[in-house]
This record gives sequence, structure tokens and C-alpha cells, in this order.
Amino acid sequence: MDFVAALTVFVLAIFVGFEIITKVPPTLHTPLMSGSNAISGITIVGAILSAGLSLNDGLAAYSIMGYSLTNILGFLAVVFATTNAVGGFMVTHRMLEMFKRKG
Amino acid sequence: MSPNIVNIVYLIAAVLFIMGLKGLTHPRTAVRGNLMGSMGMLLAIVVTLLNKGLSFELIIAGFIVGGLAGVILAVKIEMTAMPQLVALFNGFGGGASILVAGAELLRLNSGGDPAGLQSLIAIVLSGIIGAVTFWGSLIAFGKLQGVVVPDQPVRYPGEQIVKVLLLGGSLVMGVMIIMDPSRIDLYWGVVAIASVLGILLVIAIGGADMPVVVALLNSYSGLAAAATGFVLSPPNTVLIVAGSLVGASGLILTNIMCKAMNRSLANVLFGGFGEVQESASADDVYGGKVKATSPEELAMLFDTASRVVIVPGYGMAVAQAQHAVRDLYNLLESRDVTVEFAVHPVAGRMPGHMNVLLAEADIPYDRLIEMDDINPTMKQVDIAIVLGANDVVNPVARTDPKSPIAGMPIIDVDKAQTVIVIKRSLSPGFAGIPNPLFAADNSLMLFGDGKKMIQETVTSLKED
Repeated sequence: MDFVAALTVFVLAIFVGFEIITKVPPTLHTPLMSGSNAISGITIVGAILSAGLSLNDGLAAYSIMGYSLTNILGFLAVVFATTNAVGGFMVTHRMLEMFKRKG
Repeated sequence: MSPNIVNIVYLIAAVLFIMGLKGLTHPRTAVRGNLMGSMGMLLAIVVTLLNKGLSFELIIAGFIVGGLAGVILAVKIEMTAMPQLVALFNGFGGGASILVAGAELLRLNSGGDPAGLQSLIAIVLSGIIGAVTFWGSLIAFGKLQGVVVPDQPVRYPGEQIVKVLLLGGSLVMGVMIIMDPSRIDLYWGVVAIASVLGILLVIAIGGADMPVVVALLNSYSGLAAAATGFVLSPPNTVLIVAGSLVGASGLILTNIMCKAMNRSLANVLFGGFGEVQESASADDVYGGKVKATSPEELAMLFDTASRVVIVPGYGMAVAQAQHAVRDLYNLLESRDVTVEFAVHPVAGRMPGHMNVLLAEADIPYDRLIEMDDINPTMKQVDIAIVLGANDVVNPVARTDPKSPIAGMPIIDVDKAQTVIVIKRSLSPGFAGIPNPLFAADNSLMLFGDGKKMIQETVTSLKED
């Protein structure tokens, strides 16, 4: 996909975001925040691609113990993003269950 | 797998995120919404793994470490510590963006694809937004957890100039990277400067303004993810869509929080309280007019009450009083007293903080009444109990246009028949001004720890 198409997606998605989240009851402010925060853990996709690149892709110049520096940064990014996504979805679920049980 | 199939699965994931977020805006659909969001994430991850000859050792190691950390944090965390946890997770998202952008810059320098202009711009922006998010969130975590950084705003002369210089400096270095992509050292320079900026931005914010900051950092973490979507080549739609959705939802929450304080975002971030200081002194307001009461007396007052409203604030979270409040709620309800909770949008340290605590204590959420709905009925309330709240019930917001909280929507507890304020002392709230409510004719102060006072009231009620 070229840059302009990606930019189009970006701008339209922002409008979609504003449209779908119009009125949020205050009761759900915290779960909405932690749930959307978990979604921002989507950076994990980029992290996976960086962590898993093989050295054959010209990365050998920066290699340490068989892994390139790109791989190592990618690994750290996978750790961060996984914590964000897994923890975020779980804690949101925990909160929502509390709201649900006497709804 | 063909790129088309991968992109279609990403599209499905993006749709799941949109539907999931929409679900999160209604109590009945929220659990399903959250599950849809996590399904979307799982789909995106699986299809990425199948992508092309990736080596899996580091990826799996990262899943294990990050997954364990996430599960442990999510399961062990106390509900009162939720603001800190949300801040921390926000920061991790930003941190991942810094690292992915750095990794991509390295790859471009290792004879990968030639570096396109837009990738380089996106790398710089990912680094800046990611670093501000990461360090800003860590400082927010420190303030909320009460470690390392003080809860009070840290202010110094010329602070706005310093922040502008830092932002300018990181942008200039960013332009240098774009002109010479081999300067990987400059990328870490940009990250370092933006990190200082993130620290300074949040360290200047006081505890009671945290709901705004946490919501804003939430928005940044989304924007950082969207920027990272542009970093990858080809640009990755699922990152861009998911990131911009989160960016938009965070901005909406930020806006709601600012409105609830009648302040602009710029005022919260750069102004802060303390500039306007000419309100009445505490002696003038309180002198000889404050009446103290006791749990026993409060218990007697309940004998003739038929409608009670409780206004919780951050003090309830600090005192961990929510379970004691539930006991009081159950006891009063069993005596046919109607008990409702009036929750101010910025009460506590993050959006919806009080609602989460009361839900944890099994208070039905239809008893949590929004400010605008409860205010018109305040005159019919027999007893209003203010539990650890201050500025959000200060009538000065309505009466004194010069006050720092002038125009802020408040919960009109002063209109109730009797107001009980449970508080350790007459010390001012975050705005630093005295509260005439404490000296009003219909007010009684119950001095002490919130949890202990409520428990003693419950004991007295049972002895009747």
C-alpha cells in the first residue's frame, strides 16, 4: 500500500473513532480506557516482524550472539506490547465482570 | 501466505477493534466488546506469525515474558491501584513504538529496502510520541503509586520555554535523521530528548489533574501505534486503524475530563492552579462556624432520613473505604432508606475511578448517578455524605467568579437538608482554597479516617 492510501486510512479511522465513541457513560470510563489501551498494544505486529527477521536479510552487521540488534529491539518491543495487550484485555475483563454481576 | 490474504485478515482484525470499542461504550455490550477486541488482536498476531520466513525464538520468548508480566499484573492488582496500572500499560505501548521504530531504522541501514521519506518521518514521530508516552506514563505511575515523584506539581521559572526548546530540539534532530538516515545515534538522541520532555510534561501536573493526563496519555499511546504503522514498509493498516481509534477515544475522554473542570487542555497541561490566589482566607471562611459531629450522632440522623446521597472522592480510595460504604449502603437499604451515589466525572485519579471502586464493593451501578441528573433533585435529599471529596462540592465554583475553580460544574450537596463531610481536617483540596460548605448552617463535619468513621457509624446503627 502506498503512503497516500495509508494516510487516507489513518484520517478516516480517526473519524470512525470519534463517531463510535460519542456518549460513554461515566461508569465505563475506566474500562473503555484500559480496553482501548490494550488495543494500542497492536504495535505487537511491528514488534513481531522486527524480532523475527532473519540475519540473512543483511542484518549481520549489527549481530550479537546470532541475533541482530534489530531482533533484540524487536524482542524488547514484543515484551512491552504483549504485556500491554494481555494485561490490558485481562484487567478490563476483570473490571467489566464486576460491573456485570449486578447489572 | 499471499499479502492479500494477510491484509484481509488485518482488515477483519480492524473491524473487530471498531466493533469492540463500540461495545465498550454500553454496559450491556462491554464484556463482549472487550472480547472482540482481544479476538482482533489474536487474529492480527497469528496472521503476522504466518507471514514469511520469521524465526520464532525471540518472538516466543517475548510472548512468554510479556504474557506472564501482563497476566500477573492484571490478576494481582488491587482495584484501588487501577489508575497506576492503566498508566503503566499505556507506557508499555509507547515503549514498544520507540523500539519498533528504532529496529526499523537499523534494518533500513542494514541494506534492507532503501529508506523512503515517509518511513523516516514516521520513525522520528514514533520515537518522539513513543518516548513522551513511555516516560510521561512512568511519571504518572510514580505520582499515582506515590513512589519517586511527588504528587504535587513540580514548577519552576521558565518551564514552558524549556519544554518548547526540548520539542524543537527533538524535531531538529529528527530532520537531521531524515536527511541522513545512517545517523542511528541521532535517533536515540531524539528519543532521549523526547523522554525528558515526557517527564517534564507530567511532573508539572498535580495529583487531582491526573484524570486528564491519564486520558491524554491513553490517546498518545494510540497515536504512537498509528505512527508505528507508517514506519513499517509497506505501511501496516491494522496498526494505523487500531492506533487512530485509540487516539480518538483518548481525546474524547480527555475532552470530557476538561469540561468537567471547566478548564482547557492547555490550562491543565501548562497553567495549573496556584496562579490565582486571592480567595478568602481559611479563618474568614471557617472562623467559629464549623460544627463537628460523631458517628453516633450520624447514626441517629439516619433514623429520620428517607433519601441519602453519598459523594465519594479520592479520599475514599485512599482510605480504602468502599467496602465499609457498601455495609452502610446495605444496612440503610434494609431500613427502607434510598441510598444513591453522586459521582463527579473527575473524582479520583482517572476517568471513572470511583465507579470501579464502588462496583468492586458490589454497589449496583444503577445507584451511581451522574452529576447532571442528581443536582436538580438535591433539595429532596435528607442527608448528603461527602466522603473524601472537596473541590468537586465547593459552592464557591458557582458563587465566586474570581476563584480558581470558578465555573467548574460541582455536585450541589449544599442544597441537601443536612450535609455530613467526612474528612480528616479542614485542609484545602487540590485547588488550595477553603470550602465554605464546611461552615454552612446545614453542614456537620465528621473528622477522621473515612473507613473508620463509616464503620463506626454502621456499628452505632446496628446498636440502635
